[in-house]
Formats: sequence, C-alpha cells, structure tokens
Amino acid sequence: MIKDFGKYAIMFVSLVLIQVLILNNIQFSGFVNPYIYILFILLLPFNIPGYILLGLSFLLGLSVDIFNSTPGIHSGATVLLGFLRPGIANLISSREIIEKGNTPNLKQLGFASFLKYTIFAVLIHHLFLFYAEAFSFGGFFHTLLRTILSSIFSIVLILASQFIVFKN
Amino acid sequence: MRSLFRFLLRNYFLMMFLALEAISFVLIVSFNNYQRVTFFNSSNNFAGTVYEKFSSIDDYFSLSRTNARLAAENASLRKQLLFRMSLQEQYPVNRPDTVEAPAYIFTSAKVISNSVNKQFNYITLNKGSRHGIKPDMGIIDASGVVGVITNVSPNYSTGLSLLNKRLMGISAQITKNNYSGALVWDGENYNTADLKEIPFNVMVNVGDTVVTSSNSGIFPEGIMIGTIKKVDVQSGTNFYNIKVELSTNFKTLKYVEVVQNTKRTELIKLESNNVGE
Repeated sequence: MIKDFGKYAIMFVSLVLIQVLILNNIQFSGFVNPYIYILFILLLPFNIPGYILLGLSFLLGLSVDIFNSTPGIHSGATVLLGFLRPGIANLISSREIIEKGNTPNLKQLGFASFLKYTIFAVLIHHLFLFYAEAFSFGGFFHTLLRTILSSIFSIVLILASQFIVFKN
Repeated sequence: MRSLFRFLLRNYFLMMFLALEAISFVLIVSFNNYQRVTFFNSSNNFAGTVYEKFSSIDDYFSLSRTNARLAAENASLRKQLLFRMSLQEQYPVNRPDTVEAPAYIFTSAKVISNSVNKQFNYITLNKGSRHGIKPDMGIIDASGVVGVITNVSPNYSTGLSLLNKRLMGISAQITKNNYSGALVWDGENYNTADLKEIPFNVMVNVGDTVVTSSNSGIFPEGIMIGTIKKVDVQSGTNFYNIKVELSTNFKTLKYVEVVQNTKRTELIKLESNNVGE
C-alpha cells in the first residue's frame, strides 16, 4: 500500500510537470493541445474508494489549473471524469477483473478494452474542458473541431506511453 | 434529520461530485483578472519558479535565434539613433528637453511561460513588483505589441496576451489616416485579430499599417500591431470587418519589454473628472 502510494505520488508530479512544461508548449497550428495528465485518473486501481478518486481528481485538475492560470476549468473536467470513471470501467470490462482490484492499464485490460476506456475518458474530459474554456456555445463547431483534434493526439500519446511502459 | 443524513451518506459519491463541480464552477466564474487573484495563477512563486527553471534549460536551444533577433533590433535602434543625431545637427533648435522625465519607462523581462492555443492565453514574465512592475502596464517586444500585465507577485508577473478574449480591446489606429478603433482577438488564429469600430467613410486598404494609438494610456503611440490582411463590408452595420495580421510572433516570444506610463495616474485622474458631469 505504501509502495503504491509512492508510485502514485511520483506519477502525479511527473504527469503534471510533463503536461505543463512540455505538452502545453506543443502548439501545433494553434488548434491542438493534448492533455495526457488524466492518465493518472485512468490508472488508479479499480477498487479505490470514491472519495479518494474524486479528491485526487480535483487535486490533479487544480494543479494543472494553477500552472495554466485557468482556475476551475481543468478541475471541473477532471472531477467529471473521476465521477464517471466507475461507469466507464463497468462498461468496458468484466466483473471479475474489476472486483479483483486490478489496475486498469493496457496489460490488464488488453488493447481493445483499454483503447475503448481511453477514448471514452479522453472525450468526456476534453469536451468538458474545451467548452468550459470557451465558456459559451458560440462557435460550437470551432470548439468541437479543437476538441476532436486534441482528443486524437491525447489518445495516441496515452496509448504510446502505455506501450513504452509495458514493452516487455 | 436522520434520514436526511442517511440519504447524504448513501449518496456521498454523487454529493461530493456535485460539491467539487460547484467549487470548480465558482472558481471559473469568479476568476476575473482584474480582481488580482494571486494564488490561482502562474505568477505565484511556486509555479513561477518551476517555469523559470525549465525555461532556463529551454533557452539553450534557442540561443542563436534569440541572439540574431537581438542583434537585428540593436542594428535598427542604432540606425534610428544616428538619424536622430544627424537631425539634431541640422536643426539644433529641436533639442529635446532633458529636464523633463520621460513619459514611458521600459523594463526588459524574459517570457517564462506563454501559450497561443487557448481561448484565453496568458503570459508569465520573470520580473515582478520588486522590479517595479505593476498591473496595467503594457508588454511589447521588438516586433510589436504583446499584451498587458494583470497580476504581480514579488518576483514574477502574469499578463493577458493579445491573444486573449478577456482583453477588452487595445486602442489601435490606422497609420495612414489616424482613424482609431479597438483591436480584439478573434479566438481562432494566433496571428490575426479583428479591428473594430472603423466606419465606412474611411478609406481602408489591404496592407495598411495598424499601430497603437495614444488613447489607451498603456502603450506609447505608434507601437506596431500589424498590417491589414482582409477588409469585409458587412451589411446592416456601419463598420468594416477588418482582419489584422499581427506583427508579433507569439509562438517564439523570448524577451519582451514592460512599458510603464509614468503619467498614467495623472491622466486617469484628469479624465475621471469628466465622468460625473
């Protein structure tokens, strides 16, 4: 348990730093900004208590917000993702895997399930994020385009990171 | 009472979710850059330090480009200086008054964080109140206008970049005919913005230069903003739709200057006298 705590603490800090220092500087045509820090929420164990899941989601979003000077936008999106995560997990995975208290990573879920899991999570998070950022439905399709392009990049990066970790 | 308690306990996941979303929503709505919320933005010391450390690594990769740009700026300033000096020799009467303090003071600063791909883009600089930076000062670089300072901590400051829809219009004028309007970012492209409030009776052409006007009191007059890229006539209004191509490249910002108008408080005080009447 303590070992896991250390592992997740390191993951939290390194994902936030990678996000704000590197990925936020990818300014591809002014449209695309991948957000992969949500990988932290995705990789929390299945049997994590709800209040820890929501609390960590909020903290994660707030940390990114502080660096981006966007209070509330990322934290709102991550809390929504944290709230819907149990639902998404039920949708893509069988009961046995969830009840064993596994970690929902590429190795445990297999490629197809993990891809579905990632796509759902990234779309929910990005849709909330980009519309909260625009804070209006004016320019609806413009925002939708930004959401979809960035989502594609985020999904690819999240999958790539999992392949790098589990290449053996 | 007890059943209410039990209800809350049973649905604590939903309740906690709603509470956290409510907090986020309050943060989004109440965050107004003019309220100087200093914690939740990157001018706070922690985020500033992290950004500065990283930016010093990043600097090594752009040294040659930055050097070339600074050298070019030096050359152009030297040329202007020589021109001024030769003017002074020809017309000695036009000697500037050296007793009078200059209206604008420039402080150089380094950009330690900047973005172009959001709807609200912010810029963080490595100088703060210890270096004399205050909110509402302008930010420019060698090629043009960059933004306006909004939050200041002792060592860092953040500002709205020109690419921020919260920046309610920089006062801009067309050099050719001195007509002025408001420059607002369109939120779509990091190198164009809209120039509003230019009426139909003005002659406007593609390629005309747009510079800052003296109305704002933030920027000195005549700082480059960009050139007109497209002019549209919209039916039903009296104003043009003008797209301006910005001269500043926001993607490669490194060194900027913060402009202080030393007479701004005097100006605002004087102008506020007119309001109540």
